[in-house]
Amino acid sequence: MDKHEFALDVSNLTVEYVTSDGIVHAVNDIDLKIPPQKSVGLVGETGAGKTSTALAIMNLIPSPPGVIRSGKIILNGYDVLHMKDSELNQVRGSEVAMIFQDPMTALNPVLNIGEQIEESILLHEDVTRDEAHEQACEMLEMVGIDRSRIYDYPHQLSGGMKQRVIIAIALCCNPHLLIADEPTTALDVTIQAQVLDLISNLRDEYRTAMLLITHDLGIVADMCDEVSVMYAGRIVEHGTVEEVFTNTKHPYTEGLFDSLPKINDRKSLLKPIIGLMPDPTELPEGCTFAPRCRYAMDKCFKRRPSLNAISDTHEVSCLAYEDPVFSIERNKHGR
Amino acid sequence: MVDNILEVRNLTKYFKTKKGLLHAVDNISFTLERGKTLGIVGESGCGKSTIGRSILRLIEPTSGEIIFNGEDLMKLNTLQMRSMRTKMQIIFQDPYSSLNPRRTVSQTISEAIELNHLIHDKKDIEKRVSELMDMVGLADRFANSYPHELDGGRRQRIGIARALSVNPEFIVCDEPVSALDVSIQAQILNLLKELQSKLKLSYIFITHDMSAVNYFSDDITVMYLGKMVEKSPVEDLFLQPEHPYTKALLSAVPIPEYHKEKRKRIILRGEVKSPINLPDECRFSSRCQEFCDVCKGSEPQLKEIRKDHFVACHNVT
Ligand SMILES: Nc1ncnc2c1ncn2[C@@H]1O[C@H](COP(=O)(O)OP(=O)(O)OP(=O)(O)O)[C@@H](O)[C@H]1O
Ligand SMILES: Nc1ncnc2c1ncn2[C@@H]1O[C@H](COP(=O)(O)OP(=O)(O)OP(=O)(O)O)[C@@H](O)[C@H]1O
Ligand SMILES: [Mg+2]
Ligand SMILES: [Mg+2]
Repeated sequence: MDKHEFALDVSNLTVEYVTSDGIVHAVNDIDLKIPPQKSVGLVGETGAGKTSTALAIMNLIPSPPGVIRSGKIILNGYDVLHMKDSELNQVRGSEVAMIFQDPMTALNPVLNIGEQIEESILLHEDVTRDEAHEQACEMLEMVGIDRSRIYDYPHQLSGGMKQRVIIAIALCCNPHLLIADEPTTALDVTIQAQVLDLISNLRDEYRTAMLLITHDLGIVADMCDEVSVMYAGRIVEHGTVEEVFTNTKHPYTEGLFDSLPKINDRKSLLKPIIGLMPDPTELPEGCTFAPRCRYAMDKCFKRRPSLNAISDTHEVSCLAYEDPVFSIERNKHGR
Repeated sequence: MVDNILEVRNLTKYFKTKKGLLHAVDNISFTLERGKTLGIVGESGCGKSTIGRSILRLIEPTSGEIIFNGEDLMKLNTLQMRSMRTKMQIIFQDPYSSLNPRRTVSQTISEAIELNHLIHDKKDIEKRVSELMDMVGLADRFANSYPHELDGGRRQRIGIARALSVNPEFIVCDEPVSALDVSIQAQILNLLKELQSKLKLSYIFITHDMSAVNYFSDDITVMYLGKMVEKSPVEDLFLQPEHPYTKALLSAVPIPEYHKEKRKRIILRGEVKSPINLPDECRFSSRCQEFCDVCKGSEPQLKEIRKDHFVACHNVT
């Protein structure tokens, strides 16, 4: 099935939540493409719309209140938004698997972990119970847990072990695309390193493409080939990791980098982004980042920028670049 | 002479649990110089918050001495301790659950002022609240808002204003930014740093974020399962970590910079031990990549391996 140009091809995706407080504009007309076997990072702050994007790709937006207002999602050739539920269930798991943001809800507390891995294997593969059990044991060992623990219940495992079981379940059917929504946010750094190491080894072994959702630019640098930066439901910058990190274009991306304490530099002051992300029920007209942007001009509050190409792989959505000599501070003094 | 605002000696806190005695904090000693910041790092459950809370006696230590401004806090009764807490305050990790949902911003900030009779006149209290709100960057218009109406960053600012309301000399910052977005984290870290120099505050800064602790602290203590495994001035620790756990911890931090080659890092195997009924051996031995026979023999003690740099490891001398 590797004949498709992209493991994932999302275009014009718009997701809204219709609530009593108004319409939450969670995802606003975004495009997202993942070439086969590539890993793309999706970064942004709380409420940027990352999880909504992931859920839409799985066609799992809770409805009501959620509505996929527009968009086309092609997953390894399958048109996800126009499939029967039965077909969709087959696609989930075998074509795409998701590691959810909240690891505590991802496992069923009343089933032992062996049963949970087996269940997922039986759903997608034509094997006997015994074969599924043996596969589950192998999966468990692959994620670094002794097979003797296959009858353990989730509460008997540490947070890191639980997350590894979830990874085993996600990868047991060898999906073409893995969506990992903050897979390590709840874990300690040494355990995080262990889990990320595991994900990247399995990803390479199985040649899985990956959408990695995170708010940690360090994880993106370690794990991804490309990165999309999301702000208030829009992608404001996309490029290879090298481009976005060494030739940053969007003022918001710059702000994210400037907000981070540098591990090798105790002296320089942090430069936070002022203010807050706008209320997604009342997005300002013009550029949604303008109210917090140090470079904002009058036009930024009136006109909405669109993503423009800087290179074959690098795009930015910022009106300041209409002035050909404009440059953000980060690129002025080298780094 | 060094002017130490705080000296903690052999602080120990055990919790009785159904399965046995849980060693949350085991025989920890350190000093904090006035105006400085001591960072405490280590993974979830290693005892960081228990240290912070024990120092303020919000939980009762099992044993140990806590000398604050020359006075042994363990000798104070409840009333004396309450008034001592105008000098020592704590900011909590979770800006959601640490605020009373039925109190407005100004009520929350003025509560301790009124309780401790620091200011009597209503007008003066109002003035002080508005001064505090200004100091932490909260606009006046939020004075009558309730916590749930505000975002995480603003709630954490309320927590800071509340801590500052009694004019403390010392604040335990227990993961003050962990629950916040990076852009907001930087706002709060800058604020805490600014307040420190303006008000000459001494801090204990609890975190699991190695970059933040480096930015924020003068000295740093690395904890593992209730024990201090390494302690040193912050530059020295980052330049030359000695304990195998500290090395793994530092190498595990993802760095937000582009690098062509994959970074080499130490990946720990094995699981964290249970803190209950610990055997007499190194607590890190189950995950240590430098594990050998002596590690099983006894628990390593903290040794000064070079000036001001302490390590508890059988293999580091
Ligand atoms: N079921 C829902 N009903 C109403 N609004 C929702 C729902 N789910 C998400 N939202 C809103 O949609 C917006 C985007 O949320 P989403 O969870 O996609 O963000 P995110 O980028 O994943 O954030 P986080 O980093 O906190 O996980 C937010 O404003 C959120 O409050
Ligand atoms: N009231 C309590 N009763 C029993 N055990 C407790 C209690 N409070 C804490 N503990 C245990 O003491 C140990 C230390 O907990 P503590 O909260 O100090 O860790 P921490 O380092 O602050 O962790 P985190 O990073 O998750 O906040 C843990 O094993 C915890 O489960
Ligand atoms: Mg999310
Ligand atoms: Mg804690």
